[in-house]
Amino acid sequence: MKLLHLLGVFSLLSILAIGGGTAVLPEMKSLTVEHEGWLSDSQFRDIYAIGQLAPGPNMLMVIVIGYRVAGFLGAFVAFAGFFVPACIIAIVTSRIWDHFADSPWRLAIQRGMAPIVVGLMLAGTIAIARTAIVGRDSQICLAFAAVVFIALYFGKKINPALLILAGGVLGLVLLR
Amino acid sequence: MADPASNPAPPPSDGGVSEKISLAEIFLTFLAIGATSFGGGVVAYLRASLVTKKQWLDDEEFLAALEISQALPGLNATNMSVIVGDRLRGIPGAVLAFAGMTLPGAAIVLALGIFYASNSGNANINAVLKGVGAASVGLLLAVTLQIGHKQLEHRLDVTLVALTLVLVSFVHVPLLYVLLTVGPLAILLYRPHPARPLSPDRSGIDKKPAD
Repeated sequence: MKLLHLLGVFSLLSILAIGGGTAVLPEMKSLTVEHEGWLSDSQFRDIYAIGQLAPGPNMLMVIVIGYRVAGFLGAFVAFAGFFVPACIIAIVTSRIWDHFADSPWRLAIQRGMAPIVVGLMLAGTIAIARTAIVGRDSQICLAFAAVVFIALYFGKKINPALLILAGGVLGLVLLR
Repeated sequence: MADPASNPAPPPSDGGVSEKISLAEIFLTFLAIGATSFGGGVVAYLRASLVTKKQWLDDEEFLAALEISQALPGLNATNMSVIVGDRLRGIPGAVLAFAGMTLPGAAIVLALGIFYASNSGNANINAVLKGVGAASVGLLLAVTLQIGHKQLEHRLDVTLVALTLVLVSFVHVPLLYVLLTVGPLAILLYRPHPARPLSPDRSGIDKKPAD
């Protein structure tokens, strides 16, 4: 029963993930933390952080959520549920896409959806911030976030992975 | 690629170079990307490998596939993998490209997740993840603003960004309803109009995170 539930939640998230993983983070948190009660706020942040530490897409974090809910089978079901529906949609659409090559609606969809995706990504940022910048260390955490933002937004080509790792090391020193 | 006459190159699925690409090579190529793309920007890794190094696609074909990936649900990294894999070798190509892209990260995430679950009270691990979580907020904001700075220059776009943000983050409207209401509204506002031609916007295309 739990496996079916996992499959339902993550395949819903899969087809709602317009704009990518960051855009669907608020809905993922709302479903897994608030509705289902599978995780606490801080566990959601920890699992997102684990996704940041691995190569490939950060959204592989869904594997850890599935593992916590229902072990190895849960990990597999969450992975398949989150990735397979979107992949099938991508293959089917890509095969018929050329038929719409000249449709002016294609650009209308692109232009119209762009600000929505930005709004959803900002909402995703807020969803993580609400779990990551809280509690007695919130000022230190806010300073971490601000330094990383300034370095990436105003600095020259710094690999974000280095800043993420630095966050982990500084966390070990300052947030224990 | 909106005008086929200006792009006489045949699609890669029609033969040519794709005949020679083995399924093993597809898997290993995507495996290398999946194992090394740390810190976001997987699209840049994909372009370097598929267009520059392997030359399985030209730049136009790459951007066309990216356009599809971004318009659809799902991550750019996995959508691009299955679309390119499918064009090269059909469904088996898509499955192997997807497996290569996700397996290294999936194995590491699962190992870290098991370690995390069995050390839930460990103060050191909690402190590291807290630091990573805080740093991620800065990363997410930087990536979002790099992609979105164009959207924050026009009043209509700013209104749509703000409307979406408020509905999701503060009113807590389920995402499905937001997409089904604000989506059609935005597309209608940008509907095709002879007096107001739209041009494709490809800015920020390499900055999408490996989300």
